[in-house]
Amino acid sequence: MLSIKNLQASVDDKQILKGLNLEVKAGEVHAIMGPNGSGKSTLASVLAGREAFEVTCGEATLDGKDLLELSPEDRAREGLFLAFQYPVEIPGVSNINFLKTAVNEIRAYKGLAPMEAKEFLKRVKEKQKLVEFDAKLANRSLNEGFSGGEKKRNEIFQLAMLEPKLAILDETDSGLDIDALRIVANGVNHLRSENNAFILITHYQRLLEYIVPDYVHVLYNGRIVKSGTKELALELEEKGYDWLKESVDTEESAAL
Amino acid sequence: MITQVSTSLYHQLLAVFEEGLTSKGHLEQVVTLRKEAFARFKESGFPTTKMEDWKYTNLLPIVSQQYLLHDNIPGKSVDLKKAFIPGLDAYQLVLVNGHYRADLSDSITEDGVFISPIEDIVDNASFLKHFAQYADKTDNPLVALNTALFGGGLFIHIGKHVTLEKSIQLIHVTSTSEALFNQTRNLVVLERNAEAELIESFITNDDGTGLNNIVSEIVLEENARLQHYYLQIANEQSRYLNHTEIQQARHSLYNNYNCSFPGAQFIRNNINVRQNDSAVESHLYGITLTAKDQFVDNHTIMDHRMPNCESYEWYKNITQNTSTAVFNGKIFVREDAQKTNAFQQNNNMLIGEKSVVYTKPQLEIFADDVKCSHGCTMGQFDDDALFYLRARGVGEISARVLLIHAFAFDVTEKFSNIKVKAYVDRLIEQGLVID
Repeated sequence: MLSIKNLQASVDDKQILKGLNLEVKAGEVHAIMGPNGSGKSTLASVLAGREAFEVTCGEATLDGKDLLELSPEDRAREGLFLAFQYPVEIPGVSNINFLKTAVNEIRAYKGLAPMEAKEFLKRVKEKQKLVEFDAKLANRSLNEGFSGGEKKRNEIFQLAMLEPKLAILDETDSGLDIDALRIVANGVNHLRSENNAFILITHYQRLLEYIVPDYVHVLYNGRIVKSGTKELALELEEKGYDWLKESVDTEESAAL
Repeated sequence: MITQVSTSLYHQLLAVFEEGLTSKGHLEQVVTLRKEAFARFKESGFPTTKMEDWKYTNLLPIVSQQYLLHDNIPGKSVDLKKAFIPGLDAYQLVLVNGHYRADLSDSITEDGVFISPIEDIVDNASFLKHFAQYADKTDNPLVALNTALFGGGLFIHIGKHVTLEKSIQLIHVTSTSEALFNQTRNLVVLERNAEAELIESFITNDDGTGLNNIVSEIVLEENARLQHYYLQIANEQSRYLNHTEIQQARHSLYNNYNCSFPGAQFIRNNINVRQNDSAVESHLYGITLTAKDQFVDNHTIMDHRMPNCESYEWYKNITQNTSTAVFNGKIFVREDAQKTNAFQQNNNMLIGEKSVVYTKPQLEIFADDVKCSHGCTMGQFDDDALFYLRARGVGEISARVLLIHAFAFDVTEKFSNIKVKAYVDRLIEQGLVID
């Protein structure tokens, strides 16, 4: 589904991603872990198309489509979804109107007619329930005055509404209490299917107790330096990143 | 002191007045008022940028040219389509170049409603009581000029206890092929317990330059309620100098919704609200969307003169391209106006990199037990918000429209008339310059 080859990207002329490779197949859940500053959020931003990041080399395709050539909206319309680490508050834009616009623009891109109001509302109700998202919040302005947990749940609600092929969750677990974490994880687990895929970007093994990944990757210094199964996350939790950093740094200096 | 001896329009006007063009059939009282007003204008001349209230608003280029002082084709046919507000059920009153056109207007047969072209009124107690008693107290030379030489306009009188069943839409059409100077004078009186909604649309036909000097005096007697909309959608050839003076008696409510859209090259609005008794409430809302090299200046005065009154003012400016917006919000809280609650907010979004906003909140408080707050923000398009929306599949244009509506929302949500609100939302959308 997602294929990233030798991806290099920089921001303000500082190189952050230094040749990243990743293959994600339909039905899989991948976790990307790594210390602060390793490039995790940069990867999410580059894939979603944030303008501040410049791709200097490499490719990223979603079901064969070159993502890097598309505008952010077209990436979303092709089935990419980024759950933001810091969802933006937009006073005056109603959550529901915004979602209706998004759903219908994605449908228009696929050559489908706008969704009937009744069907849309039915879907809203169904998905609200799925992610335990308060109907009152859905009718308010987008994220305005939401708590940290409510914002993250709204991201998962949007994810449920838009039904993307590939969802990237950028530190969705940060700032969540146990209850909110469970709700978010339940939502994701309900949405998992053999037709879609998830990339979880996280610092902590905690999230992976609720959403069990098929693969765990460690990102360090702009590259994936180690991949494994869910046991790798446990190992990291126990030992920290230092042992990995050391071996990578030694390798790199040896290569020089 | 005459500071602009060189301006063409000034000399034209001087000549006209001295030819004795006024005072056709009016009462001596009115003739005297007009003569006095002319003397004031003659002395002051047009406002210059040396005056604090006109610092950013240079009239010189506008008044340095010759204008026709009278419509050369009275009774011409005009196109009112542009003023159409979908779904609005209103009485339509039409002024073409300031003159009332009965043939284009609805007659209002509701009891207690009296509407007449202002120039036709000879003897009306209410008219004589209020005409030129308020706006002329200000130091705006344009009011004096208007009082002296207005050509047309309307007197709208709503009797006591009358609630108008429908809104009144007053359409100001400027229609000219040559440069034309129109002076329109309106007087609106709502007696005790009267209630009305007045929607004024400003449109243009034809492509001649139209300079409009419009003065409206509005009197709200005890417990009267007026919803008052300005919808400015004229074309680029037009220029507007509007002065609105509102007098409020006890328990009255005045709401003004002042909306300007891309088009008219030059707009100056003065909106002065005088709270003359206690327990008065006033709301001033403004939404200004400018484009190209448009200039829109809103000067408001909220004058708290008596205790226990409230005012709430919120103006939003969105400037595109190389346009300029000015907001000057004066709030006076006089010595007697204890327990005043006054709120003012002005938010600006500068979209055009070369667009300009001048804003000045000006609070003068002479009472000690009051609550007054004001705030002002300057900003640009929020790129993070734009990216967030786009990352959900919303196209860039739709995303910008959503964000502009969101910016305007604090003001548009206050609109009492949902048809006008929807219309204004659409005008905002249409007025956006997407490149």
